[in-house]
Amino acid sequence: MITANDLTKRYPEGREALRQVSFEITAGEMVFLTGHSGAGKSTLFKLLAAIERPTSGSIVINGHNLAALGPTAIPYLRRKLGLIFQDRKLLFDRTVLDNVLLPLAIVGHPAKEAVKRAQAALAKVGLPNREKTYPIALSGGEQQRLAIARAVVNRPAVILADEPTANLDAHSAREILDIFRAFQQVGVTVLIATHDSLDFPDLRPRILQLERGQMSEPQQAGPIDGGVA
Amino acid sequence: MSTWLAQHLAALRDALRRLAAAPLNSLLSLLVIGVALTLPTAGWLAIDNLRHLTGDTPGVQQISIFLSLDAGKREVADIEARLKDARAGKWRYVPREEALKRLQSSEGMAEIIASLPRNPLPDAYVVTPSDAQPEALERLAKTFSSWPKVTHVQLDSAWVKRFDALLRLGRLVIILLAILFAGALVTITFNTIRLQILAQAAEIEVAKLIGATDTYIQRPLHYFGMLQGALGGLCAAILVGGGFYLLTPPVAELAQLYGTSFTLQGLSAVDITALTAIGGALGWLGAKISVLTHLRRFA
Repeated sequence: MITANDLTKRYPEGREALRQVSFEITAGEMVFLTGHSGAGKSTLFKLLAAIERPTSGSIVINGHNLAALGPTAIPYLRRKLGLIFQDRKLLFDRTVLDNVLLPLAIVGHPAKEAVKRAQAALAKVGLPNREKTYPIALSGGEQQRLAIARAVVNRPAVILADEPTANLDAHSAREILDIFRAFQQVGVTVLIATHDSLDFPDLRPRILQLERGQMSEPQQAGPIDGGVA
Repeated sequence: MSTWLAQHLAALRDALRRLAAAPLNSLLSLLVIGVALTLPTAGWLAIDNLRHLTGDTPGVQQISIFLSLDAGKREVADIEARLKDARAGKWRYVPREEALKRLQSSEGMAEIIASLPRNPLPDAYVVTPSDAQPEALERLAKTFSSWPKVTHVQLDSAWVKRFDALLRLGRLVIILLAILFAGALVTITFNTIRLQILAQAAEIEVAKLIGATDTYIQRPLHYFGMLQGALGGLCAAILVGGGFYLLTPPVAELAQLYGTSFTLQGLSAVDITALTAIGGALGWLGAKISVLTHLRRFA
């Protein structure tokens, strides 16, 4: 499903954010990408979402080699990914429903069907009856749910989430992770980048740990402790 | 309905929503564009009207052929046949009786005419040549002079040349003015779209991150520019129409005093459509340039 080989990302000023990172995530897996701030999680997220290009190495998602994709093909790849950004990137001048409708409008869904799908996505993340509310009126946890609803409304095969539990209390963080777990249980591949110390042993995710831009042990299932609370 | 059409309709709705979202700003932009298009349009109409006005004046773009007083029906028919052969354009036969009646109806002429023992006026043809170039007119006048029973051919060639040069100069000034104001329209739209992009930066960034193509992002902005230009064109048509509505009665009155039935010709439906289309096309161009310039920063 996701294969990264010898990924290196060096920024123009010379800073090396990732060095020869390789991993493989199979379809339907839930994987936590952990590491301290500055370990390279967000850089890896950007490479996987084709927001940035690797300096060397390759990424294959769903059979698409990202290095071979031209600029015009990238939007179509992103439509197949459910992207959740660290800062959520919600549109605060649009209602909750309009936020979720945006990805459907981009792919050209008929309006009536799009509204139904958006409502279903909102219900799935626990935000029913909040359609006409504006994001500013939602709590942090609810805003994160809204970001998830927007990411999953096009039924992606892969969800990439960058720090989805950042700034949330333990209860809200657990709720968000449960939503991801629910998607994983229906076959969606979920990759969550986090530096939070999350101790939910029952989730038993596979953990990929980054340290100063390099992959480090352990790569097995277990509680998450990135170190920064 | 295809996805393509649905997306275009959605973009059009979005553009209309953006126009309606800031009504005062939109109105001011439309007025500025309208005024920019009004000046060359009004100039072009003025020249067109001038051409029509002089087109009806003998000796300017018409040639009068006066036959000898003894010319009979056979000679008149012969001249008609020659005109047909020469493909001279349009012509009108003015019998001497009609010419006398017209002269009598002129102010102060009735008594003079009545005192004459007989009709001194000849039969005549008034020719409106299809080619109004001064050289062509002179050539035709020379040909007419050589025909039998033609005693006089009236063409003020010096005036024709002066008038033609004046019209060409006027047209050139209008073209330069049109280019200048077209540039202004493109610039206005360029800036409006720049402000739209700045205002919608967050939305554009998010849309790109979740899979929007450049075309999807650009389409509503193109529609916005096109709509703004087209509505500006309509605004110009209304302004020009209003001006002509106010000017028509005094111009008609003035023309009557000079003994002609000239009335101002305003914009036709085709002209209004063309003006709207030109406004729309220039608006689209301004939007296109602005989008290409300002959307680059969204990776």
